[in-house]
Amino acid sequence: MAFAAFSPSASKQKSSSPVKSGKIVLVLLLPGLLYLGMFFMVPLVSLIITSLETPDPSGAFGVYQYALDFSAYQRVVVDYFPQILRSFGYAFLATLLAVLIAYPLAYFVGVRLRTRPLVQKLTLTLVVAPFFISFLLRTIAWKQILSDNSPTLEFLRSLHLLGPQQYFLGTPFAVVWGLTYNFIPFMVLPLYSSLERLDLRLLEAAGDLYASPSAVFRRVTLPLTMPGVISGTLLTFIPITGDYVNASRDFLGASDTSMIGNMVQADFLQNSDYPAASAMSAVLMAVILILVTVYVRRTGTEELL
Amino acid sequence: MKEFVPAGADLELRGIRKEFPGFTAIENLDLQIPAGEFVALLGPSGCGKTTTLRIIAGLEEPTRGQVLIGGKDVTFTKPHERPVNTVFQSYALFPHMTILENVAFGLRRRKMANPLQLAREALDMVELGYAAERRPQQLSGGQQQRVALARALVNRPSLLLLDEPLGALDLKLRRQMQIELKAIQMEVGLTFLHVTHDQEEAMDMADIVAVMNKGRIEQLGAPEALYERPKTAFVSTFLGQSNLFVGDVVESSANSLSISVAGSKISVPKNRAEKHDGTIAIGVRPEKAEFHRTQPAASAELNILGPGEIVDIRFTGVSNQYLINIPNVGNITVFAQNIGISPVIELGEQVWVSFKVEHAFGLVDLPAGNEA
Amino acid sequence: MNRYRLSRFILPIYAVIALVYLLIPIVYTIVFSFNNSAGRTNTIWQGFTLDKWLNACQRPGICEAVGNSLLIGGVSTLIATALGTAIAYALVRYQFKARSLVSLSLFLPMATPEVVMGAGLASLFFNLGAGYGYMTIILAHVMFCLSFVVVTVKARVQTLDPVLEEAGRDLYASPSMVFWKITFPLLLPGIVSAALLAFALSFDDFIITYFNAGPVNTFPLFIYISAAKGVPAEANVIASAVFILAILIVIGTQVGSNLRQKRLFAIK
Repeated sequence: MAFAAFSPSASKQKSSSPVKSGKIVLVLLLPGLLYLGMFFMVPLVSLIITSLETPDPSGAFGVYQYALDFSAYQRVVVDYFPQILRSFGYAFLATLLAVLIAYPLAYFVGVRLRTRPLVQKLTLTLVVAPFFISFLLRTIAWKQILSDNSPTLEFLRSLHLLGPQQYFLGTPFAVVWGLTYNFIPFMVLPLYSSLERLDLRLLEAAGDLYASPSAVFRRVTLPLTMPGVISGTLLTFIPITGDYVNASRDFLGASDTSMIGNMVQADFLQNSDYPAASAMSAVLMAVILILVTVYVRRTGTEELL
Repeated sequence: MKEFVPAGADLELRGIRKEFPGFTAIENLDLQIPAGEFVALLGPSGCGKTTTLRIIAGLEEPTRGQVLIGGKDVTFTKPHERPVNTVFQSYALFPHMTILENVAFGLRRRKMANPLQLAREALDMVELGYAAERRPQQLSGGQQQRVALARALVNRPSLLLLDEPLGALDLKLRRQMQIELKAIQMEVGLTFLHVTHDQEEAMDMADIVAVMNKGRIEQLGAPEALYERPKTAFVSTFLGQSNLFVGDVVESSANSLSISVAGSKISVPKNRAEKHDGTIAIGVRPEKAEFHRTQPAASAELNILGPGEIVDIRFTGVSNQYLINIPNVGNITVFAQNIGISPVIELGEQVWVSFKVEHAFGLVDLPAGNEA
Repeated sequence: MNRYRLSRFILPIYAVIALVYLLIPIVYTIVFSFNNSAGRTNTIWQGFTLDKWLNACQRPGICEAVGNSLLIGGVSTLIATALGTAIAYALVRYQFKARSLVSLSLFLPMATPEVVMGAGLASLFFNLGAGYGYMTIILAHVMFCLSFVVVTVKARVQTLDPVLEEAGRDLYASPSMVFWKITFPLLLPGIVSAALLAFALSFDDFIITYFNAGPVNTFPLFIYISAAKGVPAEANVIASAVFILAILIVIGTQVGSNLRQKRLFAIK
């Protein structure tokens, strides 16, 4: 549903309900599904198994044995509690900001620009343009624009909006700023998809029935575009919690802004503490599954894709 | 032009049944269409006529029954192997090909020689030769319909199926296309099966009309035969309008039988009655009935009902339609042709209704709500 | 009346501001690709030059990394597009029992953090004894691109009226002919769209690649490793070139199809 907005003639949907049935379905579905099974499901299982491993008796670094050792989970939840809290906090803020920024933008493009389809498509392209440039480089761009002695900060200081000792980089503010920016495309597209399909005659009808513009928004537009909001939230909130680039010291963060992702990366690639890294990943995965299950229970799976 | 396509083949459906999960679209269908005829399959939406067409085309498989074309059993033959072509309701022209390529499509698949030349001839036949290089989106509805027709006809199918192809056209264009279609069919001598819910269209174009309802064919025959002598309650009210009277048979002579309705006797000739005993329904078309200000003299050839009251008068240009309520009988509709001397009558006046016995028809079933 | 008029402008003004905000880093990156920077640091403006654009490959390692990214992107795109198109078609056209499960399984990779997928795949490959390298990167990339391909192609399939395929069968085309002559040409814009998206995702992927690359260097990896010491301007050059190319392709197809539509409807 998200990236469908980008496909040509995405709005010209005909109601084609599934008609055929037959053995050819298997030929079409199996290769892709088996692939997903092998390279998505199995790794998750592998993570769970790894998370339960115990250090090898030989004491060798990075060597583990199969076991049912839940100590990794205990360690992770206790030791990394600050990171966990921080990650969900940053993710919550970033997602909220992303919705607030993306919604009016998507509304403008999806509703106001409907009368000019070419302008609409071009503007949408501009909106998702950040997506086409390396995400590392755009984070570095912010790092430089917001660096301690950059013209930007000098400008803000000259306006007395910022004290001479204050700075952005390495603060939670910078990390959230970066996270919000990087994930806006993932929020805009589902919102756009929803808004583009919004039947404007419903808004007219509401106006005809004495609703003020803000009432129209609250009672008609927002509820009808809620699927887009939720879809966008699902596609941004959890991936943000697992991000580590923005929060890393080389980019926008500092050692005291580290998130879950930084810990997983450090544990997996530097400390070789595979059980810890896997346990943390498993916990994250569990949170996703809970959120998605709640969503699916309420709305079903047809709108997911 | 007459050598362009060979003569058509005849079609037979035996005991066709089609079930979908949750409902049965076709109960038990038998149909026989002789070659070279223009047949209309007429019925309301949801009666199963499109499903029947799809089964004949091979796009659906029947749950039970057989499809025979030209005597050959094609029930399980794939659509691309049947000598049948369809003109779809939405035309289904391929948007990514020119008109010419659209028409040539079937010829190419069958590896015919000179596909483009044959396609051009077909387009000329429907007077669209000049548009050969255009795309379907550039044509109007009527033009697209003609391309769809050419695309089907160029393949010389034994049987041409038309699925409400005129539905999307405005009235004037529709009338024009009806005339053209009929002319083409007569010229090339193919078997046409035309599905429609428009009874005027069916009666106008077809040699044979099959009226379908709830997955069954209720009656089949020439348009006039169906109109003048409907055999079921559905046909009598779907094809035109009817006044229906229900009663037990009280008299039966050599040539006619009668029922009693609210004290009056209504007779029908035996050779126009489907059922001869028990409770039957007798009907008459509104244009065959008259009303009188004074009670008409009794006669063996006349059915007389009344007195009743005029409760509604409608002017529809061609005729005046009167609704007369007779106590214990119900409402009777009478059409009086507008020939300039319209009967001067007002709402509420008392009148008698009469119609000739020879115009009455007896149904095989009873109208809904009258089952004993 | 005036107040009403003014408030109509709030949204467009906001949109412009938001767009500027979105485009700042892009402009910054492109501008600094022209920076006459010495060595590896590219943080202070030192003058305009075309040097870096003309000699981008002189920076050691960068063109090799880009080459790897292109190769990996190409292969991953091919595989993901083929698998994803098949699934998308099946999802729209066919009736089958495990629909919900399939939709869910396709959605989850899009909602899963890259860290989890990266670590999971790395541990899988480790347990299988497979060495990290091109193969593992490609296998990983196909995995996360698959869902996006399915979503994009699915939208296109939904615009395809099934009656066109039925007309094909009615006109003597066998099932495979129907696919190649009717279905495929009409789906092509969606498939191309999906392929471009998959390529973009693969080319730009960092986190999952980082966990599974082994000795292979891709362009995003090059940038990440450089980030500690300083990202050279040549990297900006490459990224800008890719960006401009991508935007041109997308805008080009949009303008192109718009012109084609106009031409079609001009003649009636």
